Amino acid sequence: MRDPRRERFDQAILPHLAAAYNLARWLTRNAHDAEDVVQEAYLRAYQFFDGFHGGDGRAWLLRIVRNTCYTWLEKNRPREPAVAFDETQHGTERNEAGPEAPLLAHEDREMLRRALEELPTEFRETIVLREMEGLSYKEIAAVSGIPVGTVMSRLARARERLQECLAAREREES
Amino acid sequence: MTCEEIRSLLSPYADGELDLVRNLEIERHLSECPACAGAVERTRSLSARLGDPALYRKPPAHLHRRVRVSLRQAGGARGRPVALPWGWLGVAAAAAALVAIVLWGALQSRPISSRDELLEREVVAAHVRSVMLPSHLLDKESSDQHTVKPWFIGKVDVVPEVKDLAPQGFPLSGGRLEYIDDRPAAALVYTRAKHVINVFIWRTAEKDRPPEFLNRQGYHLIRWTDKERMFWVISDLNEKELREFAELLQR
Repeated sequence: MRDPRRERFDQAILPHLAAAYNLARWLTRNAHDAEDVVQEAYLRAYQFFDGFHGGDGRAWLLRIVRNTCYTWLEKNRPREPAVAFDETQHGTERNEAGPEAPLLAHEDREMLRRALEELPTEFRETIVLREMEGLSYKEIAAVSGIPVGTVMSRLARARERLQECLAAREREES
Repeated sequence: MTCEEIRSLLSPYADGELDLVRNLEIERHLSECPACAGAVERTRSLSARLGDPALYRKPPAHLHRRVRVSLRQAGGARGRPVALPWGWLGVAAAAAALVAIVLWGALQSRPISSRDELLEREVVAAHVRSVMLPSHLLDKESSDQHTVKPWFIGKVDVVPEVKDLAPQGFPLSGGRLEYIDDRPAAALVYTRAKHVINVFIWRTAEKDRPPEFLNRQGYHLIRWTDKERMFWVISDLNEKELREFAELLQR
């Protein structure tokens, strides 16, 4: 006999598993860990399902996934390795001749993937929620538990870092 | 507005997150300032690259099933959510299993060989789930043992030997990744005259056990342990033919 609560949960929350996995994968940077986190996040989501009052199930779930990721990261990687970002490059030096937006070749995509993985976790989180999930600043603020102004500045800084990182790689390779 | 003032707003401008008034001010500036217009273009181009579907990591096929199994276990024997201790996965699963044992014991009112009977229920549940929807039966559809066996590499602790029993009237349908006893298990799917036979195989530390025949909830089960591998065969196929099938597997 099917539990009606479970039915409602399956309909409202289970379809967002792909979004949950994508976020977990980018935050933990490991497929195996992402699976574990997604399973744990779903258990917590089910536990807290009474607190879901309809509306956007994806954003509600992503908030739980995001929190579960950070708890997991604290427990399993207490000291994040220092980001390989050269501070002396930051600031006045800008590559004015930026890259065009072509169809991405495999190498281009790989470069972007590596640049993303090198971002500090919070910056990466904001980029994923905005560029991959298409959430608004207000929705990102709710998922990440930060003010909208912080979303705005994190996104701007994350994009800056990505562009500088990509430009640096391109210089290396030419 | 100066370029410096504009620069800090270009990111939210590119995202369409600014109010109308500031949008208009910025557009006016952009029409006269190629440097800032270039910066906006670069932001949009980066966004386009980040939106590449290939960067969106897709979950493995079995994750959906794994999550559903885990939710079912958390629901407890009566399907109600149970308060879980805030331990990590292993503790949560153990707690859920403990609750299930206790509740079930109360219903049965006889001493439980808890582990065995819990396993039986899980095996039946896994079998029932797999046959309820055709799309859930197979992760790897193939009647070729040389295709099915390598598919399991990296997914399970012990890659099962996959036998071709079509000559004996038990054709292979394919394989699936299951979750039993809170760990990944290989599921081999055979058929006999429209009856689905699931063979679950996983690594175990338990010692060898000869085959045992069971009747549970309308299904026939045969279990044995051989060289640190646990085997469970389950089907609604009749006892005689299922025993025949199990013997073929054991040779």
